Amino acid sequence: MKRLGAWLCCALLVVITCGCAQPKKAVNEIELWHWMTDRQDALEALARKYEQETGIRVKLSLFAPSDSYIQKIIAAAQANVLPDIYGILDKKTIFASFIKAGLVADLTSAFEADGNAWGKRFFVKAVDNNRFAVGNMDGVKPGIYGVPLDVSTVQMIYNRNLLKKAGIATVPATFEEFLAAVKALKRVGIVPFVTGFGETWIVDCFASNYAFNIMGEAKVMATFRGEVPYTDPDWMAVFTVFQTLAKKGAFIEGIVTKGNKYAEQDFALERAAFSFDGSWGVNIYKSMNPVLDYGVAPLPALKAANPMRVWGGAGSSLVVNALSPNKDKAVAFLQWITDTPQQAYLSEQTNNLPSNREASVGISPILGDFAKAMEQSTHPRVWILNEDPIVVEAFDKGIQSIIIGEKTPAQVAVEVQKIKLRQMGKVKRP
Amino acid sequence: MFSKAVPRHNQAISFDAFKNFLFVLPAVGIFSIFYIYPFFDLFNLSLHQWQGIGPKTFVGLQNFQELWGDKVWWSSMGHAGYITLIALTFQNALAFALAVACDREIRMKRFYTLIFFIPPVLSEVIVGILWNWILNAGTQNGQPIGLFNHLLVQVGLPNLVHNWLSDPASALTCIAVVHAWKGFGWGFIMLLAGLQTIDRQLYEVAKVDGAGSWTTFWNVTVPMMVPVIMVVVILTILGSMQVFVLILSLVNQGLVYHTEVPVTRILSSMSVTNQFGYACAQAVVFGIILVVVSFALKSLSNRMKQA
Amino acid sequence: MFFNKHKIENFFKSALIHVFLMIVVVSCLFPIFWMVRSSLMSNATIFVDPSLIPQELHWSNYVVAWTKGNFAVYFLNSMIYTISVVMGIVVVSSLAAFAFSRLKFPGRDFLFYIFVAAMMIPLPGSFVPIFVLMNKLHLVNTRLGYILCMINVGLCLSILLLKTFFDKMPSDLEDSARMDGCNRIQIWWHVALPLAAPALAVIVIYNSLNVWNEYILATLLLSDNNLMPLQRGLMVFNGAYQVDYPVLMAGLTMTAVPIIAIYFLMQKHIVKGLSSGTIGGLYDPA
Repeated sequence: MKRLGAWLCCALLVVITCGCAQPKKAVNEIELWHWMTDRQDALEALARKYEQETGIRVKLSLFAPSDSYIQKIIAAAQANVLPDIYGILDKKTIFASFIKAGLVADLTSAFEADGNAWGKRFFVKAVDNNRFAVGNMDGVKPGIYGVPLDVSTVQMIYNRNLLKKAGIATVPATFEEFLAAVKALKRVGIVPFVTGFGETWIVDCFASNYAFNIMGEAKVMATFRGEVPYTDPDWMAVFTVFQTLAKKGAFIEGIVTKGNKYAEQDFALERAAFSFDGSWGVNIYKSMNPVLDYGVAPLPALKAANPMRVWGGAGSSLVVNALSPNKDKAVAFLQWITDTPQQAYLSEQTNNLPSNREASVGISPILGDFAKAMEQSTHPRVWILNEDPIVVEAFDKGIQSIIIGEKTPAQVAVEVQKIKLRQMGKVKRP
Repeated sequence: MFSKAVPRHNQAISFDAFKNFLFVLPAVGIFSIFYIYPFFDLFNLSLHQWQGIGPKTFVGLQNFQELWGDKVWWSSMGHAGYITLIALTFQNALAFALAVACDREIRMKRFYTLIFFIPPVLSEVIVGILWNWILNAGTQNGQPIGLFNHLLVQVGLPNLVHNWLSDPASALTCIAVVHAWKGFGWGFIMLLAGLQTIDRQLYEVAKVDGAGSWTTFWNVTVPMMVPVIMVVVILTILGSMQVFVLILSLVNQGLVYHTEVPVTRILSSMSVTNQFGYACAQAVVFGIILVVVSFALKSLSNRMKQA
Repeated sequence: MFFNKHKIENFFKSALIHVFLMIVVVSCLFPIFWMVRSSLMSNATIFVDPSLIPQELHWSNYVVAWTKGNFAVYFLNSMIYTISVVMGIVVVSSLAAFAFSRLKFPGRDFLFYIFVAAMMIPLPGSFVPIFVLMNKLHLVNTRLGYILCMINVGLCLSILLLKTFFDKMPSDLEDSARMDGCNRIQIWWHVALPLAAPALAVIVIYNSLNVWNEYILATLLLSDNNLMPLQRGLMVFNGAYQVDYPVLMAGLTMTAVPIIAIYFLMQKHIVKGLSSGTIGGLYDPA
């Protein structure tokens, strides 16, 4: 027994020290760090194909979950060991900090070369997600800094069978119609609406859609600048949307603590007639309930004056390391992978919306419906400025407390405004 | 003569002490690199404003000042305290009862000790998915989906059916109970290990003296177990105050602020609102409170031993 | 017929104990049963099929999990990490705990309290300094770096636990060993360690579980796919967007087996029968 232990020790030491010798990096090799577990296989296949075609090996490393990936990127940035290609999964201000730290290459010239040959391929909004416009608040040199790999939109989806059971012939387009549908569904014992309000970004997305619909983009931005208070009647109307829906019993039980994965599961298993979800959900519904009959629509509008906007844009984007000696090779690979055949392959394998417009010709009808909203989409990443994340947190949590009936819209509005004023009073971050 | 002998004697002692110190050297070495160094880095960061990337701004004690007035932070401390209290009482009482039961000569002892350790071994993923289903408040075709609500209907208590995780009145208790269920196995094996080292002759002596099982328990078992119980108590506090994976998997980013605990606040400061400096200040304050509490407990137990 | 009153009382007493234990057993076994059952279903039936044992058993989920999760490589890696980290912790922490409990040197108690205090203070942002330091030491993306990091994770708790058990160790045993000419290291090896076997077993279990389920530090420090531990394989099924539940459950079932085996092996050191009361007579009843 003791001898066995000794042998084991020796064997382990050998294995451990063998692992110590770091392999020298090959010349024709580019390194890519990503977080997309569902796309790893398809990306591997594409990387193999690329190596056959060009002789350049793309070394893919997957780091999951995405929280760990973000930590890894931040730590690697501090130690200056970022790979040739990586992704920044954070808010746009953080993206800006990476650029200002000189860790992200400016791709504008590559995009616009040969009469915008590369840039033309994409959905405009997908490129805008990675663009810093002239006069941006973050103080970044205007330009394009990231390559969209795919796009996504977040919209309302509805279950045709359940709507039919409740005798609802048309998909509600206005808020009144939606409330009528809620009533009809409740009458036959069907839960009207499910989504993952346990994840604050969904609360935020839902609320922002209504804010744009009620007061228009300009006024939302004015609020962010501090010119319009959250106690404004228009913002009160946004808060009241949640109160009304909660009071009418539109939400599934436990919606405020539901994660989006569980919400998707509920919708797939026909436990609710409506949901609010991203285009990635298509893949999930397909695997959990292949016969699910559903459609896509924007959220029912409250006011006719402003169109209902949809959150959408680059689902995942990759950036090139400005310090990498293989910058050109990295750009060449990204150009190749966003070319139509590769994008069509990726989309087919992973049921995601391709960022390349031409590749979206052959996608499934339901994905096509999601894609239609791309042109009128919006996203915090394309807005001229974003709200302070601390105010956003108070805003989202406030909405949760409205839904559980703990607070009224008026109370929440006052509290959010208080925090907004406090944050504005603070010295601005450098 | 004497004046010469004394230093030699001292030298011998100090060399001896040095040899003794060699025992802790590996631990101290690893510890300094991986804990002490990051700790000072963290402390330094708590005096700065920093997004996680980009330049740092020195702000002195501003983060701590802000933390002092942060109501959400202090209520999160209360929530962790509540979870810990349930763990200390309910979980440890269960663990102790099970350990005492398995310390006796009973059948299937091995079987029980194996099974009771399953919850701690289970992956957090399973615990999350499973309890989400058990506590699910939804209904489909008029039937509750969640196992717990389903059972309540089956045994004829439909008016107890409840929205367990989305009601501020019950959410934290549900989390605490699941946490206690997941954690009692640890207390169980540590207490059992402690019980096993108690000399059986003590029990025999007590029996000969005519002590009943209850008296034996209080006068022999418990006093012998005080040090192990102290360790279990400290580890329970540590594990319960720092619980967060379970909370994320049961209520995601939280039921408003009713399910926040210090660690979820720290994580949210770090990744949601990008205030690394503030997160570090939170960690420092949280750590100091934990240290004070555990050392207070330690001195309390020392006093108990002397009494 | 004559019934011994004492016997009947004993019978009911033990029956009561067994009922109590069985209730707890059911609550512990249910998740395992549920996990194995789910691992044999398909993503379409997993949340709908109410039957206890599914009609159609998809054993292929295990094959998919093993191959797609690249388990062959990850299993071996996790084994290497777990064994070396646990061995490291056992040696380092028992040496330190022995010194804290039995030997004298200046600053002993202070140092011990530092270790205990360190256990309490979480280091949320520590991934940045650790990564930067490891990078300077050229330990990023190496097994050794990860192992050292993980040894530190379990160190404080193990020292505290072991010291508690060493403190209970009767000093006359140590004295007699010293009479026999044992030096400090020999006392540690021949007297202290065997006596603390139950505590060591707890430490082995605790740290094995810790390393086996770890992925945050592994993601941070390792980049090479061939160095990744088991949890990395599971992440593939538990994606940010899509979860392949049955395959995930199959993977989780397979990862649970070695840990339960370790516990099974260690259990005999924790639970001893009456017969093995080797420490008998050592405690002073007073």
